[in-house]
Amino acid sequence: MANLAAVVGIGQTKYTTKRTDVSIAGLVREAAVNALKDADLTWNDIDAVIVGKAPDMFEGVIMPEIYLTDALGCNGKPMLRVHTAGSVGGSTALVAASHVQSGTFKRVLTVSFEKQSESNAMWALSNPQPFSTHLNAGAGGYFAPIIREYMRRSKAPYNVGIKVAVKDRLHGARNPLAHLQKPDITMQEVEDSFMLWDPIRFLESCPSSDGACAMVIANEELATKAPKPPAWIRGVAMRSEPTMYAGRDEVNPQAGRDCAADVYKQAGITNPRKDLDCAEVYVPFSWYEPMWLENLGFAPKGEGWKLTMAGATSLDEGGDIPWNCSGGVLSSNPIGASGMIRFAEAARQVRGDAGAHQVEGAKLALGHAYGGGAQFFAMWVVGSQKS
Amino acid sequence: MSQEKNMSDDQDVITGIKAPVYLKYNFTAGAAPARFLAQIKKGVLTGQRCPKCSAVYVPPRGSCASCGVATEEEVVLSDKATVQSFTIVSIPIPGNPIQPPYIIANVVPDGANISFIHLLSECVNEEIHIGQRVQAVWKPEAEWDYAMDNIRYFKPLDEADVPVDRIGKLPVTGLEG
Repeated sequence: MANLAAVVGIGQTKYTTKRTDVSIAGLVREAAVNALKDADLTWNDIDAVIVGKAPDMFEGVIMPEIYLTDALGCNGKPMLRVHTAGSVGGSTALVAASHVQSGTFKRVLTVSFEKQSESNAMWALSNPQPFSTHLNAGAGGYFAPIIREYMRRSKAPYNVGIKVAVKDRLHGARNPLAHLQKPDITMQEVEDSFMLWDPIRFLESCPSSDGACAMVIANEELATKAPKPPAWIRGVAMRSEPTMYAGRDEVNPQAGRDCAADVYKQAGITNPRKDLDCAEVYVPFSWYEPMWLENLGFAPKGEGWKLTMAGATSLDEGGDIPWNCSGGVLSSNPIGASGMIRFAEAARQVRGDAGAHQVEGAKLALGHAYGGGAQFFAMWVVGSQKS
Repeated sequence: MSQEKNMSDDQDVITGIKAPVYLKYNFTAGAAPARFLAQIKKGVLTGQRCPKCSAVYVPPRGSCASCGVATEEEVVLSDKATVQSFTIVSIPIPGNPIQPPYIIANVVPDGANISFIHLLSECVNEEIHIGQRVQAVWKPEAEWDYAMDNIRYFKPLDEADVPVDRIGKLPVTGLEG
């Protein structure tokens, strides 16, 4: 059985289109310093550093972790880089947690980032390959047909994605760190926005952001002495499946279902909608909310959209299971950091430290990330109590 | 010397420069894609069958990702296919002359059990639907190369739609076969 570990410090940057005032090193250091401050610690208190970011092609800087050692105060300390595409922020937090749960280190710093403005992340991975036509129209082009298939199967009304797009931006307007600040957004505005990859509209898509997120994870002894309430890590799980295999259910991937079952079992969750107080789930295109509501067991197959439309996932509508109170990926998307932001925001909720997007009395929260062709999954459950 | 103006006084602060990186790759196809590319140069679409689950992969990568076993048996596929899903794209692709809006579809050729993406054309965009029958439109033979682009696009066929539960399960002879 793993040792207990907890999040004792969280640091983020303000998410925005372009951080021209800092380099990549300056960006990650800002998040790391904020996390150390939050934990009331210094660089000397850190035993090891775990770094994550999405593919190097996004900035065109190869193995950036090597040059970031100075900025992250880990010269002469163990450092590890994690790679799992868009889910990497979540996987990085899990790798960091495992280094404490295993007893290897007492206290680790984990940081993930993306500086999309340094290059062109949307097209960086759309290179021609001889055995395929050169028709890679970005992530939206990949996910749009999968969303269309979900709409067909579930018979969901056309405006479910529009509702999620509004709901997450209203959540984001409560979070001063969120990139998009759209407190007056309406269903009509989303519906009228440009159809990029039918059925995905512009405002049903995530923005391109610069930003970094960091956490300090400590063992039970140190977490108990921490100045602010710790977020106890109650379950951790990662699963993956191949991008392409015959018979793959791309709408409701098995790896996602298996990952959720594993993390719930560890955390003693039998009914996620009832047992959890809130969730931060990776939703880069709005239709992924109803799809993941089903994949993660919050709703029966084909009925995720009903929760969304009933306001169950909305803070503003007093929903019983608010999703993405921080505004989610739809409000801020520094790709490599996006997964870690979900994990960190889940931790903020159970620490009672989420400001204007706090779910009152939140005790148990889910952090979720997915990546690649919806094939890499990372999840954790954090709680205000040890068990 | 002391009367010369310090050069840094009247210059803007430079915080970044554009420095594009050009990477040229030599693609090593490997055994299965090499056979696939050699066949498509002759205008034939081929897949490989998994010895364990019998699923036919196209383009073959030399293994069944589901069973984790190598695939050997080569299977000739039809150039008729079924639309599994699709998107109508309204933005251009850098490095591709195609003008939006255009349809990218996941199509499953008859005889295969997995889709690949390709362009749909000669169609009314609003009429395309899941289960639609389509057929490859090839470039002139003189232009055939070791590339999937030998197929210019797929166009609608005047055939009955494939029921959703049979998409990706048709024999090489098609729906009636």
